[in-house]
Amino acid sequence: MPKVTYVATDGSRRTIDATVGDSVMSTAVRNGVSGIVGECGGNMSCATCHVYVDEEFAEPVGPPGDLEDAMLDLGVADRRATSRLSCQIALTEVLDGLVVATPEEQG
Amino acid sequence: MSGALIVGAGQAGVQLAVSMRDNGYDGSITLIGAEARPPYQRPPLSKAYLAGSADDASLYLRTEAFYSERRIAVWPAERVTRFHLTSSDAGVVLTDHGCTMVFDRLALTVGARPRRLDVPGTDLAGVCYLRTADDADRLRTHLAAARDVVVVGGGFIGLEVASVARSQGRHVTVVEVADRLLGRAVAPVVSEFYRQAHTRRGTAIRVGAGVAGIEGTTGRVTGVLLDDGTRIPADVVLVGVGVVPRTELAEQLGLDCAGGIVVDEQARTSDPAVVAAGDCTVAPNPMTGAGLVRLESMPNAISQARVAAATIAGAPPPVPEVPWFWSNQHDLRLQIAGIADGYDHLEVHGEPDEERFAVRYYRQGRLLAVNAVNSARDYLVARKELAANRLGGERLLGA
Repeated sequence: MPKVTYVATDGSRRTIDATVGDSVMSTAVRNGVSGIVGECGGNMSCATCHVYVDEEFAEPVGPPGDLEDAMLDLGVADRRATSRLSCQIALTEVLDGLVVATPEEQG
Repeated sequence: MSGALIVGAGQAGVQLAVSMRDNGYDGSITLIGAEARPPYQRPPLSKAYLAGSADDASLYLRTEAFYSERRIAVWPAERVTRFHLTSSDAGVVLTDHGCTMVFDRLALTVGARPRRLDVPGTDLAGVCYLRTADDADRLRTHLAAARDVVVVGGGFIGLEVASVARSQGRHVTVVEVADRLLGRAVAPVVSEFYRQAHTRRGTAIRVGAGVAGIEGTTGRVTGVLLDDGTRIPADVVLVGVGVVPRTELAEQLGLDCAGGIVVDEQARTSDPAVVAAGDCTVAPNPMTGAGLVRLESMPNAISQARVAAATIAGAPPPVPEVPWFWSNQHDLRLQIAGIADGYDHLEVHGEPDEERFAVRYYRQGRLLAVNAVNSARDYLVARKELAANRLGGERLLGA
């Protein structure tokens, strides 16, 4: 089971044992991680699941797709180099240990 | 000790419970739901879940551990049959299994049920409605063995199911009584786009066609008879002709209902001690503050539930949201923001023929809403504009 760690803006960390195939967003929402809203249930419609992927995982996670790219540009939170919508990151064993930070405000 | 009772364990009910805790409410919270599954999201039922690309567990809104950590008691498979109010905001509730619970705060998030088609033959096997995960399971099983599928109702549910069935190689006919698809939600230009887009993908669209009856042999559906005498063969009929809000409990409590439980901008019913949220309510138009609208959508359920939770907890209300909605049909992603009611002018950006465009709705030069098909950027730009309009605009002047 891949582990994902969510880092809040106050620096607090929460690590969750996720299921392969689940998204970083749905794992967060189902377990009540604050800072990730995921209102649209993973349909790339709300941009409320923005995360900053830890540098170390930027490569295996990869860049956003076209539509996601537009959502990130126009979402509530500031965009950075490793910004992704967490609903578009499906968890695999390769991503075990993934660390993502959540923005100040979204949704 | 008594506490808060939330009747209805869908998206609105769960959000209400979670947001009450977020707002510091410390009493007990009980969430009663009639369905046997843990609380789940409905939008995938006509999309990924129906198509088989999302499983049961992916529907669940929160883990069991989450509910117990946040001290939210979830009672599934219990239907509230009676309330007994002891004062304006306290009372006892009785469920169909004889459970009772005392409460001092009450929230209704009871949702809606599918409107039934009132023609002969709807009791034949193979005639389906779609509201619950059980409905979706049944429909999926029927679709797997089907050749001909008729969808009655050219709204979002009907067109999403038609998309899934067509993608699975079924012969699909959509029958809509009005003269265009999605008539309640979008402008004629968008309706026409969807008619053509579904037709291009091999689905037969019949608008202006009423259903006279559903026909069958040995208890199974074999076809749909239209008003004009046409017979369309069918092994499966999906009826998606809208929903009826569940107002029975509210009426029993003497709350005002008008095509839904009437609530104000703080999600309070006509008894200010009782709140309601989601598909069961009608509320002032969130863009203009005027009239009463029923917004059947998950974003509205979440947004209203947050407001209701703040009301119960005595916390400041959240910043109101611009209503939004989405629909996935084949590879067409529709995103809607705002409410287009009363528009006097339309602008079409992009090319409907290229399946990538946006329609902006205006009244007196002011943006009311956007419908964007495969153009997220147009959607997001308009959504930001609508949020800014709202905060700086007539709402505040009227407040």
